[in-house]
Amino acid sequence: MNKTAEKKPKIRHPEGKIIVFEKWCKRCGICVAFCPTGALANDERGVPYLAAPEKCVLCGQCWLRCPDLAIIEGPKVEIKEEE
Amino acid sequence: MGPKSPVYEYLRYKKKFPTVWCPGCGIGTVMGAIIRAVMSLGYEKNDVVMVSGIGCSSRMPVYVDFNTLHTTHGRAIAFATGIKLVKPHLKVIVVTGDGDGLAIGGNHFIHAARRNIDLTHILINNSIYGMTGGQYSPTTPVGAFAYTAPYGNIEPDFDVVKLGIAAGASFVARTTVYHVVQMGKIIEKALKHKGYSLVDVISQCPVLYGRLNKMKSPVEMLRWQKEHTVDVRVTAKRSPEELKGKYIVGIFKDEPDMPEYVTEYQKLIDSLKEGATKR
Repeated sequence: MNKTAEKKPKIRHPEGKIIVFEKWCKRCGICVAFCPTGALANDERGVPYLAAPEKCVLCGQCWLRCPDLAIIEGPKVEIKEEE
Repeated sequence: MGPKSPVYEYLRYKKKFPTVWCPGCGIGTVMGAIIRAVMSLGYEKNDVVMVSGIGCSSRMPVYVDFNTLHTTHGRAIAFATGIKLVKPHLKVIVVTGDGDGLAIGGNHFIHAARRNIDLTHILINNSIYGMTGGQYSPTTPVGAFAYTAPYGNIEPDFDVVKLGIAAGASFVARTTVYHVVQMGKIIEKALKHKGYSLVDVISQCPVLYGRLNKMKSPVEMLRWQKEHTVDVRVTAKRSPEELKGKYIVGIFKDEPDMPEYVTEYQKLIDSLKEGATKR
C-alpha cells in the first residue's frame, strides 16, 4: 500500500443516505449540478458533501452520473470505517 | 478500503483506482452503466469478456473485474470475434472510441456488423481523439473546432447509426451520457440481444473538445447534449429544420430473428458431421 492509501479517508455518512468516497472524487461538479433537490453542495475544496440530508430522496441521479464511481448508494450498503 | 458499493464487486477497486480519465469525462458514467446492466441481468463475472483497443475509452477493461483483453489499435472487434467463435457461451462486450472503432478499426466494424456475430459493441463517441491531444475524428461535426482544425472542421462526419444499419447490424441504438437511465436500459437490451448490437453513446470530452468549443465545464457539455437530442419516436412530427444539427436518440433497429454467425457456423458443423456419418 502506498502513502495515500494509508491515510484515513473522511467519510460523511448520514444514515441511509449517499456517501461520497472522497479518495476517488475528481471534483467535476456533475453531482451537485444535477441534484434535483439541492441536497448536495460543494465544500471549500470543491468536494461534494450531503449538506441537507433531509432533502435527499435517493433518486440516484448522483451515483448514476458520477464518472468516477465515487458516490455510493444509500441504505442497502453496510457502512464500515477503514480499520 | 473505505465504504463499498454493490458496483465495486465488479471493479478492481483495490489496485487501479482512481481512474486516469480527466475530471468530468463521460466514459466513467458509461462504465457504471455497463456494470449496472450486467448486475441487473445477473451475469457471472467469469461469463463476461470485455475487449477494447487503444484510446481513452479503451482504458475501461483495466478497471472492471471481468475477463478482459486490451488489444492493438482498432482491432478489438477482430479479437472479440475470435473469442466468441471459440467460446460461444461467453458474453463479449467490445468497448471502442470513435477513432478506434470507426477510423482505425472501421473495416473490422462493418464486417462484424455484416456477419451479425453476437457481440455487444459500445461505441463511446466523444467527437475527438482525446488521448493523443485533440485531433479531429471521423465523428467531429462540421464547423466544430479541434487542435488540428483551428478554423473549424470541414469534413462531414459519420452517422454511426446509419452506418451500422447499412452494414447489417441487428440491434442499433444511440444514447447520450446525459440520458443515464435510458443508457442503462439500452445497454441492458443490447446485452440481451442475440446478434451484433451497436450502441452509439454520445459522450463528453470537457478538457479538449469542450474547451475549444466554448463549453468549459462537463455540466455545460451535458446540458448541450440535452438540448441537441431528439427522441426517435417523435422525429416524424418534427420538421427537417428542427432536426438539423441534432442527434436522434433511441432504438433504431431491433431484429432478433436475423441469422446469427455463431449459430449458423454451428449448424454448418453439425450438418457436415451428419453427412460424414451417412457416407
